[in-house]
Amino acid sequence: MKTAVIVFPGSNCDRDMAVALRDATGAAPAMVWHKDSRLPEGLDLIAVPGGFSFGDYLRCGAIAAQSPIMREVVAFADRGGHVLGVCNGFQVLIETGLLPGVLMRNATLKFVCRDVPLRVEEAQSVFTRGYATGQEIVLPVAHHDGCYIADNDTLARLEGDHRVAFRYRDAVNGSTNDIAGVLSENRRVLGMMPHPERAVDARTLGTDGAPLFRSIADNMVEA
Amino acid sequence: MKARVFVTLKNGVLDPQGAAIGTALAGMGFDGVGTVRQGKVFEIEMTGSDREAAAEQLDAMCRRLLANTVIEDYSVELD
Repeated sequence: MKTAVIVFPGSNCDRDMAVALRDATGAAPAMVWHKDSRLPEGLDLIAVPGGFSFGDYLRCGAIAAQSPIMREVVAFADRGGHVLGVCNGFQVLIETGLLPGVLMRNATLKFVCRDVPLRVEEAQSVFTRGYATGQEIVLPVAHHDGCYIADNDTLARLEGDHRVAFRYRDAVNGSTNDIAGVLSENRRVLGMMPHPERAVDARTLGTDGAPLFRSIADNMVEA
Repeated sequence: MKARVFVTLKNGVLDPQGAAIGTALAGMGFDGVGTVRQGKVFEIEMTGSDREAAAEQLDAMCRRLLANTVIEDYSVELD
Protein backbone atom coordinates (compact mmCIF):
# COMPACT_ATOMS: atom_id res chain seq x y z
CA MET A 1 0.00 0.00 0.00
CA LYS A 2 1.02 3.58 -0.62
CA THR A 3 1.04 6.21 2.09
CA ALA A 4 2.16 9.83 2.45
CA VAL A 5 3.08 12.08 5.35
CA ILE A 6 2.48 15.83 4.97
CA VAL A 7 5.33 17.99 6.28
CA PHE A 8 4.82 21.60 7.39
CA PRO A 9 7.39 24.02 8.75
CA GLY A 10 7.23 23.15 12.46
CA SER A 11 6.13 19.53 12.05
CA ASN A 12 8.13 17.40 14.49
CA CYS A 13 6.43 14.00 14.49
CA ASP A 14 6.69 13.48 10.73
CA ARG A 15 9.63 11.09 10.94
CA ASP A 16 8.09 9.08 13.80
CA MET A 17 4.95 8.80 11.70
CA ALA A 18 7.00 7.70 8.69
CA VAL A 19 8.76 4.98 10.70
CA ALA A 20 5.47 3.70 12.14
CA LEU A 21 3.88 3.56 8.67
CA ARG A 22 6.95 1.99 7.09
CA ASP A 23 7.19 -0.74 9.74
CA ALA A 24 3.50 -1.58 9.46
CA THR A 25 3.07 -1.41 5.69
CA GLY A 26 6.53 -2.50 4.55
CA ALA A 27 6.99 0.59 2.38
CA ALA A 28 8.34 4.01 3.28
CA PRO A 29 5.70 6.75 2.91
CA ALA A 30 6.17 9.66 0.53
CA MET A 31 7.10 12.80 2.47
CA VAL A 32 5.09 15.63 0.93
CA TRP A 33 6.05 19.27 1.54
CA HIS A 34 3.22 21.67 2.33
CA LYS A 35 3.94 23.87 -0.69
CA ASP A 36 3.53 21.00 -3.12
CA SER A 37 0.29 21.31 -4.99
CA ARG A 38 0.09 17.68 -6.15
CA LEU A 39 -0.15 14.46 -4.16
CA PRO A 40 1.67 11.33 -5.36
CA GLU A 41 -0.55 9.07 -7.51
CA GLY A 42 -2.38 6.09 -6.07
CA LEU A 43 -2.26 6.92 -2.35
CA ASP A 44 -4.20 4.75 0.09
CA LEU A 45 -3.63 6.87 3.20
CA ILE A 46 -2.36 10.33 4.10
CA ALA A 47 -1.05 11.11 7.58
CA VAL A 48 -0.95 14.65 8.95
CA PRO A 49 1.64 14.54 11.74
CA GLY A 50 2.06 16.32 15.04
CA GLY A 51 4.22 19.34 15.76
CA PHE A 52 3.77 23.08 15.80
CA SER A 53 3.00 23.90 12.17
CA PHE A 54 3.66 27.58 11.47
CA GLY A 55 4.48 28.10 15.15
CA ASP A 56 0.82 27.65 16.15
CA TYR A 57 0.27 31.23 14.92
CA LEU A 58 -3.30 32.53 14.87
CA ARG A 59 -4.84 29.20 16.00
CA CYS A 60 -3.19 25.80 16.08
CA GLY A 61 -3.42 24.32 12.58
CA ALA A 62 -5.18 27.33 11.04
CA ILE A 63 -2.36 28.43 8.73
CA ALA A 64 -1.41 24.88 7.76
CA ALA A 65 -5.03 24.19 6.85
CA GLN A 66 -4.77 26.90 4.17
CA SER A 67 -1.58 25.54 2.60
CA PRO A 68 -1.70 24.37 -1.05
CA ILE A 69 -1.30 20.68 -0.24
CA MET A 70 -4.19 20.66 2.24
CA ARG A 71 -6.59 21.56 -0.56
CA GLU A 72 -5.46 18.31 -2.20
CA VAL A 73 -5.79 16.38 1.06
CA VAL A 74 -9.36 17.63 1.48
CA ALA A 75 -10.15 16.62 -2.12
CA PHE A 76 -8.57 13.20 -1.43
CA ALA A 77 -10.77 12.76 1.65
CA ASP A 78 -13.84 13.93 -0.28
CA ARG A 79 -13.13 11.18 -2.83
CA GLY A 80 -13.24 8.65 0.02
CA GLY A 81 -9.51 8.56 0.81
CA HIS A 82 -8.23 7.65 4.27
CA VAL A 83 -6.62 10.39 6.36
CA LEU A 84 -5.06 10.16 9.83
CA GLY A 85 -4.33 13.34 11.81
CA VAL A 86 -2.43 13.15 15.08
CA CYS A 87 -2.12 16.01 17.59
CA ASN A 88 -1.31 19.09 15.48
CA GLY A 89 -2.49 16.99 12.52
CA PHE A 90 -5.88 16.64 14.27
CA GLN A 91 -5.94 20.42 14.76
CA VAL A 92 -5.17 20.90 11.06
CA LEU A 93 -7.95 18.50 9.99
CA ILE A 94 -10.42 20.34 12.20
CA GLU A 95 -9.39 23.69 10.71
CA THR A 96 -9.97 22.31 7.19
CA GLY A 97 -13.46 21.23 8.22
CA LEU A 98 -12.80 17.52 7.56
CA LEU A 99 -13.63 16.83 11.21
CA PRO A 100 -16.16 18.68 13.38
CA GLY A 101 -15.59 20.63 16.60
CA VAL A 102 -12.70 22.71 17.90
CA LEU A 103 -9.55 22.04 19.93
CA MET A 104 -9.06 24.81 22.47
CA ARG A 105 -6.41 25.64 25.07
CA ASN A 106 -6.28 22.93 27.76
CA ALA A 107 -8.64 23.76 30.61
CA THR A 108 -5.71 23.64 33.04
CA LEU A 109 -3.81 26.10 30.79
CA LYS A 110 -0.84 23.72 31.13
CA PHE A 111 0.98 21.83 28.40
CA VAL A 112 0.37 18.13 29.15
CA CYS A 113 3.14 15.72 28.26
CA ARG A 114 2.71 12.23 29.69
CA ASP A 115 1.37 8.75 29.06
CA VAL A 116 -2.38 8.59 29.52
CA PRO A 117 -4.83 5.69 29.70
CA LEU A 118 -7.42 5.69 26.94
CA ARG A 119 -10.45 3.60 26.14
CA VAL A 120 -10.92 2.42 22.58
CA GLU A 121 -14.55 3.37 22.08
CA GLU A 122 -14.99 2.16 18.58
CA ALA A 123 -13.21 -0.73 16.88
CA GLN A 124 -15.31 -0.39 13.71
CA SER A 125 -12.94 1.60 11.52
CA VAL A 126 -9.94 0.88 9.35
CA PHE A 127 -7.83 2.57 12.03
CA THR A 128 -9.12 0.79 15.12
CA ARG A 129 -9.96 -2.76 14.01
CA GLY A 130 -6.77 -3.96 15.66
CA TYR A 131 -8.28 -3.13 19.04
CA ALA A 132 -11.38 -4.39 20.82
CA THR A 133 -14.16 -1.94 21.62
CA GLY A 134 -13.77 -1.05 25.29
CA GLN A 135 -10.09 -2.04 25.40
CA GLU A 136 -7.89 0.14 27.59
CA ILE A 137 -4.58 1.27 26.11
CA VAL A 138 -1.86 3.75 27.08
CA LEU A 139 -0.54 6.35 24.64
CA PRO A 140 1.55 9.49 25.17
CA VAL A 141 0.00 12.94 24.82
CA ALA A 142 1.96 16.17 24.33
CA HIS A 143 -0.17 19.22 23.69
CA HIS A 144 -1.29 22.62 24.90
CA ASP A 145 -4.47 22.88 22.86
CA GLY A 146 -6.32 19.60 23.08
CA CYS A 147 -9.56 20.52 24.80
CA TYR A 148 -12.18 19.16 22.41
CA ILE A 149 -15.33 21.27 22.19
CA ALA A 150 -18.35 20.89 19.94
CA ASP A 151 -21.93 22.09 20.05
CA ASN A 152 -24.56 19.80 21.54
CA ASP A 153 -25.96 18.67 18.18
CA THR A 154 -22.51 17.71 16.93
CA LEU A 155 -21.74 15.87 20.17
CA ALA A 156 -25.01 13.98 19.99
CA ARG A 157 -24.25 13.00 16.40
CA LEU A 158 -20.69 11.89 17.24
CA GLU A 159 -21.82 9.81 20.18
CA GLY A 160 -24.95 8.46 18.48
CA ASP A 161 -23.08 7.39 15.32
CA HIS A 162 -20.22 5.83 17.32
CA ARG A 163 -17.70 8.27 15.90
CA VAL A 164 -15.80 8.83 19.16
CA ALA A 165 -12.85 6.52 18.49
CA PHE A 166 -10.87 7.12 21.69
CA ARG A 167 -11.76 8.57 25.09
CA TYR A 168 -9.45 9.60 27.94
CA ARG A 169 -10.04 7.39 30.98
CA ASP A 170 -9.29 10.34 33.28
CA ALA A 171 -9.67 14.05 32.61
CA VAL A 172 -6.57 15.24 30.71
CA ASN A 173 -7.34 18.59 29.11
CA GLY A 174 -10.97 19.43 29.78
CA SER A 175 -12.33 17.82 26.60
CA THR A 176 -16.11 17.45 26.48
CA ASN A 177 -17.03 13.82 27.25
CA ASP A 178 -13.26 13.18 27.55
CA ILE A 179 -13.11 12.85 23.75
CA ALA A 180 -9.56 12.06 22.56
CA GLY A 181 -10.21 11.08 18.94
CA VAL A 182 -13.07 11.33 16.43
CA LEU A 183 -13.98 9.75 13.10
CA SER A 184 -15.51 11.47 10.09
CA GLU A 185 -19.00 10.58 8.94
CA ASN A 186 -17.65 8.04 6.41
CA ARG A 187 -15.24 6.73 9.12
CA ARG A 188 -12.26 7.21 6.80
CA VAL A 189 -10.80 10.27 8.52
CA LEU A 190 -9.51 9.90 12.09
CA GLY A 191 -8.20 12.76 14.21
CA MET A 192 -6.72 12.12 17.66
CA MET A 193 -4.66 14.05 20.20
CA PRO A 194 -2.67 11.08 21.64
CA HIS A 195 0.36 9.90 19.68
CA PRO A 196 0.11 6.28 18.44
CA GLU A 197 3.29 6.76 16.36
CA ARG A 198 5.25 7.33 19.57
CA ALA A 199 4.20 3.93 20.93
CA VAL A 200 5.14 1.37 18.29
CA ASP A 201 8.52 0.13 19.56
CA ALA A 202 9.18 -1.62 22.88
CA ARG A 203 12.60 0.09 23.00
CA THR A 204 10.91 3.47 23.42
CA LEU A 205 8.32 2.35 25.98
CA GLY A 206 4.93 1.01 25.05
CA THR A 207 3.57 -0.55 21.88
CA ASP A 208 -0.12 0.26 22.26
CA GLY A 209 0.00 2.41 19.13
CA ALA A 210 1.21 -0.44 16.93
CA PRO A 211 -2.22 -2.09 16.42
CA LEU A 212 -3.48 1.14 14.85
CA PHE A 213 -0.82 1.02 12.14
CA ARG A 214 -1.16 -2.75 11.69
CA SER A 215 -4.88 -2.25 11.38
CA ILE A 216 -4.34 0.34 8.64
CA ALA A 217 -1.98 -2.01 6.79
CA ASP A 218 -4.21 -5.09 7.10
CA ASN A 219 -7.50 -3.46 6.29
CA MET A 220 -6.26 -1.37 3.38
CA VAL A 221 -4.97 -4.51 1.68
CA GLU A 222 -8.41 -6.05 1.95
CA ALA A 223 -10.19 -2.92 0.75
CA MET B 1 -7.43 52.25 4.27
CA LYS B 2 -6.84 50.71 7.62
CA ALA B 3 -9.04 48.01 9.03
CA ARG B 4 -9.29 46.70 12.55
CA VAL B 5 -10.68 43.23 12.96
CA PHE B 6 -11.88 42.06 16.37
CA VAL B 7 -12.21 38.34 17.02
CA THR B 8 -13.89 37.34 20.26
CA LEU B 9 -15.13 34.11 21.76
CA LYS B 10 -18.84 33.50 21.40
CA ASN B 11 -20.97 33.69 24.52
CA GLY B 12 -21.06 30.38 26.30
CA VAL B 13 -17.65 29.21 25.05
CA LEU B 14 -15.42 28.57 28.03
CA ASP B 15 -12.37 30.84 28.15
CA PRO B 16 -9.85 29.48 30.69
CA GLN B 17 -7.30 32.13 29.69
CA GLY B 18 -9.74 34.95 30.30
CA ALA B 19 -10.71 33.38 33.63
CA ALA B 20 -7.03 33.16 34.67
CA ILE B 21 -6.51 36.82 33.74
CA GLY B 22 -9.58 37.76 35.78
CA THR B 23 -8.24 35.86 38.77
CA ALA B 24 -4.86 37.59 38.39
CA LEU B 25 -6.51 41.02 38.23
CA ALA B 26 -8.47 40.28 41.40
CA GLY B 27 -5.26 39.05 43.04
CA MET B 28 -3.57 42.37 42.17
CA GLY B 29 -6.24 44.19 44.12
CA PHE B 30 -8.43 45.41 41.26
CA ASP B 31 -11.85 45.03 42.78
CA GLY B 32 -14.99 45.35 40.75
CA VAL B 33 -13.71 43.11 37.93
CA GLY B 34 -16.38 40.77 36.63
CA THR B 35 -15.95 38.28 33.82
CA VAL B 36 -12.84 38.69 31.60
CA ARG B 37 -12.82 37.37 28.03
CA GLN B 38 -9.68 37.28 25.89
CA GLY B 39 -9.80 38.00 22.17
CA LYS B 40 -7.66 39.12 19.24
CA VAL B 41 -7.28 42.35 17.26
CA PHE B 42 -5.83 42.45 13.72
CA GLU B 43 -4.74 45.71 12.09
CA ILE B 44 -4.86 45.23 8.35
CA GLU B 45 -3.83 47.76 5.75
CA MET B 46 -6.04 47.57 2.67
CA THR B 47 -4.25 48.95 -0.35
CA GLY B 48 -7.27 49.43 -2.65
CA SER B 49 -9.58 52.47 -2.56
CA ASP B 50 -12.97 50.77 -2.95
CA ARG B 51 -14.44 50.64 0.55
CA GLU B 52 -17.23 48.28 -0.33
CA ALA B 53 -14.87 45.81 -1.97
CA ALA B 54 -12.52 46.05 1.01
CA ALA B 55 -15.36 45.36 3.45
CA GLU B 56 -16.39 42.35 1.42
CA GLN B 57 -12.84 41.03 1.34
CA LEU B 58 -12.39 41.53 5.07
CA ASP B 59 -15.55 39.62 5.78
CA ALA B 60 -14.30 36.72 3.66
CA MET B 61 -10.92 36.84 5.46
CA CYS B 62 -12.68 36.56 8.80
CA ARG B 63 -14.83 33.65 7.71
CA ARG B 64 -12.03 31.73 6.04
CA LEU B 65 -9.02 32.38 8.26
CA LEU B 66 -9.04 35.06 10.95
CA ALA B 67 -11.92 33.62 12.99
CA ASN B 68 -13.02 30.09 13.67
CA THR B 69 -16.73 30.73 13.46
CA VAL B 70 -17.54 27.57 15.38
CA ILE B 71 -16.42 29.34 18.56
CA GLU B 72 -15.61 32.93 17.59
CA ASP B 73 -17.49 36.06 16.50
CA TYR B 74 -15.86 38.83 14.53
CA SER B 75 -16.42 42.49 13.75
CA VAL B 76 -14.62 44.83 11.35
CA GLU B 77 -13.92 48.58 11.60
CA LEU B 78 -12.79 50.31 8.42
CA ASP B 79 -11.27 53.82 8.61
